[in-house]
Amino acid sequence: MTISLKPNNSSPEKLQPTGWLKYLSFSLDHKVIGLQYLVCGFLFYLIGGSLAGAIRVELISPLSDFMPREVYNQVLTLHGTIMIFLWIVPVVNGAFGNYLIPFYVGARDMAFPRLNAVAFWLIPPSGLMLITSYFINGAAQSGWTAYPPLSITTPAAGQIIWILSVLLLGGSSIFGGINFIATILKLRRPGLKLMQLPMYCWAMLGTSILVVLSTPVLAGTLILLSFDIVAHTGFFNPSLGGNVIVYQHLFWFYSHPAVYIMVLPAFGLVSEILPIHSRKPLFGYTTMVFSIMGIVVLGLVVWAHHMFTSGTPPWMRLFFTIATAFIAVPTGIKFFNWVATLWGGKISLNAAMLFSCGFIINFVLGGITGVALAQVPFDVHVHDTYFVVAHFHYIVYGGSVFVIFSSIYHWFPKFTGKMLNENLGRFHFIITFIGFNLCFAPQHWLGLNGMPRRVAEYDPQFQLINQISSVGALLMALSTLPFLWNILQSILFGEEAGDNPWNALTPEWLTSSPPPVENWDGEAPLVLEPYGYGKKDSNETQEAIR
Amino acid sequence: MTSIVPKEQSSGSKNELSTEEHEDFRLFGLIAFLIADGMTFAGFFAAYLTFKAVNPIGPDAIYELELPLPTLNTILLLVSSFTFHRAGKFLEKNESKQCQKWLLITGVLGVAFLISQMFEYFTLPFGLTDNLFASTFYALTGFHGLHVTLGSIMIMIIWWQTRVPSGRVNNQNKFPFEAVELYWHFVDGIWVVLFIILYLL
Repeated sequence: MTISLKPNNSSPEKLQPTGWLKYLSFSLDHKVIGLQYLVCGFLFYLIGGSLAGAIRVELISPLSDFMPREVYNQVLTLHGTIMIFLWIVPVVNGAFGNYLIPFYVGARDMAFPRLNAVAFWLIPPSGLMLITSYFINGAAQSGWTAYPPLSITTPAAGQIIWILSVLLLGGSSIFGGINFIATILKLRRPGLKLMQLPMYCWAMLGTSILVVLSTPVLAGTLILLSFDIVAHTGFFNPSLGGNVIVYQHLFWFYSHPAVYIMVLPAFGLVSEILPIHSRKPLFGYTTMVFSIMGIVVLGLVVWAHHMFTSGTPPWMRLFFTIATAFIAVPTGIKFFNWVATLWGGKISLNAAMLFSCGFIINFVLGGITGVALAQVPFDVHVHDTYFVVAHFHYIVYGGSVFVIFSSIYHWFPKFTGKMLNENLGRFHFIITFIGFNLCFAPQHWLGLNGMPRRVAEYDPQFQLINQISSVGALLMALSTLPFLWNILQSILFGEEAGDNPWNALTPEWLTSSPPPVENWDGEAPLVLEPYGYGKKDSNETQEAIR
Repeated sequence: MTSIVPKEQSSGSKNELSTEEHEDFRLFGLIAFLIADGMTFAGFFAAYLTFKAVNPIGPDAIYELELPLPTLNTILLLVSSFTFHRAGKFLEKNESKQCQKWLLITGVLGVAFLISQMFEYFTLPFGLTDNLFASTFYALTGFHGLHVTLGSIMIMIIWWQTRVPSGRVNNQNKFPFEAVELYWHFVDGIWVVLFIILYLL
């Protein structure tokens, strides 16, 4: 059975607004939706970043003097939730996924364009709901993990709004995941085999499998939690005979894969950026594919390493320690493949490349502390301390956010048809890199010496280190300014980029910048060797495509 | 299997949306969604089994289930899967009257299941907040009942849309029928697992 997409005269597409107004409409164009995700996510990043700034200001002094303790708890909960569910997950998946995947598979749009628009438009209302809960009766106070019984005993209104908001965002994520799986597996251009796809497709396929398998479990868990809060059932309430450990298991069954949902697409994006700016083929394509799938499988069976202090039995500790340590193998393969891709290449040190290299450095540091944290004796010592905070931020900020900036520098010419200022970009990178490491590297020391996380007051002996960390946070905040200025001046006065400013071979560069509504004026190009840099025959192929 | 057959319209101008045909993968998307939905149930089942293994039921807690009514429910749903399949055969042969008849029977069986389930709820000796197992029982069967409710509504819509001559579902446009049928079999399958875990174990 076939569906034909025949436009008729009353086609709703013709009634859609054009120009910048289309970015505020229920557009079905995957490129518009991708940019909607990106800009919306960045606005939430600014809000979440301001909250992080408030946390660092509070921690300049050991006393709780900048804001009351309850407000501090609300701020840290909102910071975590916004950054994870409204910035990193929607941007590395939704924004770049929607923009790039149809190009990579040679399609004119995603498999389910209408579902795609629904998935995006669930995000702004749930984000606004989450933030405005602060002004109603106080936002949720139990952190982004919402562990019961804390989440049951803190004020109910904020917690329920938090749950509703996360359920909506989870739904958006599942719809997106289904769409990506269908697009990558079913909508490929004839003649394009799976093993010829650019690496980002594989990353998104793996990520979407994780999304579809694990997000519903979180949704079910949060529904049970909301019953505990509203209907006073006792699923997770020990005083009513419930079991808090079950919540932790179910929560981490989603939330550990969530780390891979945030970082696997980043792996894919880096694998696209490195070959182009070092003019070499991606090293070890097949091993990259298998390590992504290995991470997907292993990522589903390591969740209890977050629970080593929750009275887990010894056999469980043993299993989850070994499984977690095993993840270092596929991740290490990817790391060495990236280094080998750079090795001997003609590297141009532009902003995209610098941010990608920053990602590799930060991610290795975060990965090493991750392997350390998988070891039970060490984990019991530093559990719920700043060591974990430092490790986590090395993965999600040093990892995913660096890649997001790298990708913005890389694909901005495609998005807008204008070049960004490379020197401003390099300046942005240097401040971000120094600020980030200054902010989070000292926190390892804080955690090893026993400073617990999620507290507004601490032992005065930690003050100096906390102040250094806050200076780093200030640098990170300031680093946003050259970036915003760069975007602004480029949109207003930037030089024209042309179709393919990086001389790339991947399909999104083989059309105009910005691309037309259905991606190609004629038939989609068949790109069999997306990484064929420096090969004679593939250069000829590239000429032939043009 | 995967194919987009771009059929460029030679007369089409640059700005006109192109016409292309591709395989219908809406069922594929539905299957992915049902896998996700099944994972929600899997989470609930895992929670229930862990509660059962770890949390002993209190000495004064009341949690007893009777078998006859849920067995009847199981039969109702299994028969309804069969009648739905039967309706599909008639849709294939373009015999809309027969198809509608079997769809109606399916819908009535779904509603009968819901009524029977409600009857069970009202006769059980425990309420939602009485104890951990009571809460889990109502959460699980309630979440499944929500699925049956949605399914019954969709069956009624399909039943209305298979009418001749003005209905929109026929053997040329089968997808709505197939989607609801797949969903209905899924809900049945979940019930069988639920029946085994909640009532038999």
